[in-house]
Amino acid sequence: MLNVKTEIKKPSALITCSVFVGRSLLHGLRNAEALIMAIALPIMLMLMFTYVFGGAIDPSGEYVNYVVPGIILLCAGFGSSSTAVDVATDMTNGIIDRFRTMPIQSMNVITGHVAASLARNFLATGVVIIIALLVGFRPEGSIFSWVTAIGVIALFILAFTWLFAAIGLVSKTPAAASSYGFVLLFLPYLSSAFVPISTMPKWLQGIAENQPITPVIETIRSLLMGGAAGSYIWWAVGWCLLILVVSIIWSTWTFKRKAGRR
Amino acid sequence: MNDLAIVVNGLQKKFGKQVVLDGIDLDVQKGEIFALLGPNGAGKTTFINILSTLVAPDAGAARVNGFDIMSDKEKVKSSISLTGQFAAVDEMLTAEENLRMMARLSGLSRLEARSRANELIEQFDLTTVAQKRVKTYSGGLRRRLDLAVSLVVPRSIIFLDEPTTGLDTRSRRALWDIILHLATEGVTIFLTTQYLEEADKLADTIAVISKGRIVGKGTPEEMKSRIGKEMVELRNDNDEIIREIPTSGSIQEVKQILEEVASGAPEGTRISIRRPSLDDVFLLLTSEKGRP
Repeated sequence: MLNVKTEIKKPSALITCSVFVGRSLLHGLRNAEALIMAIALPIMLMLMFTYVFGGAIDPSGEYVNYVVPGIILLCAGFGSSSTAVDVATDMTNGIIDRFRTMPIQSMNVITGHVAASLARNFLATGVVIIIALLVGFRPEGSIFSWVTAIGVIALFILAFTWLFAAIGLVSKTPAAASSYGFVLLFLPYLSSAFVPISTMPKWLQGIAENQPITPVIETIRSLLMGGAAGSYIWWAVGWCLLILVVSIIWSTWTFKRKAGRR
Repeated sequence: MNDLAIVVNGLQKKFGKQVVLDGIDLDVQKGEIFALLGPNGAGKTTFINILSTLVAPDAGAARVNGFDIMSDKEKVKSSISLTGQFAAVDEMLTAEENLRMMARLSGLSRLEARSRANELIEQFDLTTVAQKRVKTYSGGLRRRLDLAVSLVVPRSIIFLDEPTTGLDTRSRRALWDIILHLATEGVTIFLTTQYLEEADKLADTIAVISKGRIVGKGTPEEMKSRIGKEMVELRNDNDEIIREIPTSGSIQEVKQILEEVASGAPEGTRISIRRPSLDDVFLLLTSEKGRP
């Protein structure tokens, strides 16, 4: 039994963070359905876009080289979206009040979910690339381009995970969080991820060219295929940073505002 | 330092137009079990949320363990633990993992956290389920873990918001024993409850809250003596209560009451004897204060 008089130190921010990251990772490993989805979805999408749609979109058989960045983003979006549900589940459970009444930065419980989402999505991205290589993906980028591409992908995942965390925070229930998040998952289809923008109707081209997914896709594609990313990379980084900053501010504000209310 | 664990002065809280707390004044002695008794919607949870720094009051002040709940939040947090109305444990983790996580978040080292978790598992009789995920637990078991979690590090004041709501009789009694045992270690326990019996069994002091106001306060003995031990209830044909008479419950007294009411009672009047309910306390207390 600990002595009641013992003065116990507050845990450092680093310990608090690492405890919450560990917790979220454990949640991820134990949520079997989500884990299977995170691995099965990239495999299924990759095979479907290569063998089912690929022939019709580009009969030359080169479609796999075109579509890999799109599949990576689609899976990353899907993988991050479960953060909304995880966060909403925590916020509607009594445990959040316990965290808030402990002498810690309780907001780090969200940081934990974000870190776990990064890990989960890196796994999914790895699966996409391995399957892609197996079905004929032949990248031509240098090591440097690969590192840059992975950095852009990581930034994209981080930004969207925080966005989904904010959605989870404002949602009243986990189910609501899940459906709000679902809307965002359509964004990659309205970009240059699966078909060139020039094949779309004029009014849609305007949307597709000016939404955040297109520059991210174009950047990754040029980096992996040995082309020049040009100004796309700045647009991609700019969009991601903007989404990241807005989402973090939105999350922090909502987290504080919702104290004591469930 | 004085002997008061909690001092509350004129605390007010509104949610929108609804007044939830309407000027509460309250003192809680160090080391006592204090029960805040009231029906759903009386403001119990809001009150506990304010004292534990989750919610800011609109007006008034409160000190918890000598620290102001508004200006000294961090020190208040280091003095208390809160167990909310719904079991505040992580369902995806095991009991042991929950305890270790909370111990780490409370500032114990990895090693200390492990040994503290084992101590609590033993103390709260959780050994057989310690490695199972909490989502497979019964309500009573969950609550037991919940309490264990709130004790990972010694805190001067423990808040328990309706600790036994939704539990079966056996689990409720087991939890009572744990709470009583805790109090012997010198901790101040502030709990809310809807059950008169629970307040009676546990508390050194009871305060009754109704519509955001404290309408009565005293030891269980004092409270009960204001009400009588039993109620004789007269109901008419339509099962509506027509009269309630408090009594000690002795045969002589009940017989006397029966003789008094028998002559004037209309056809079909039935009689029963019951223990006083929370409603009786309220009716009595609110009428004494001259409020409807």
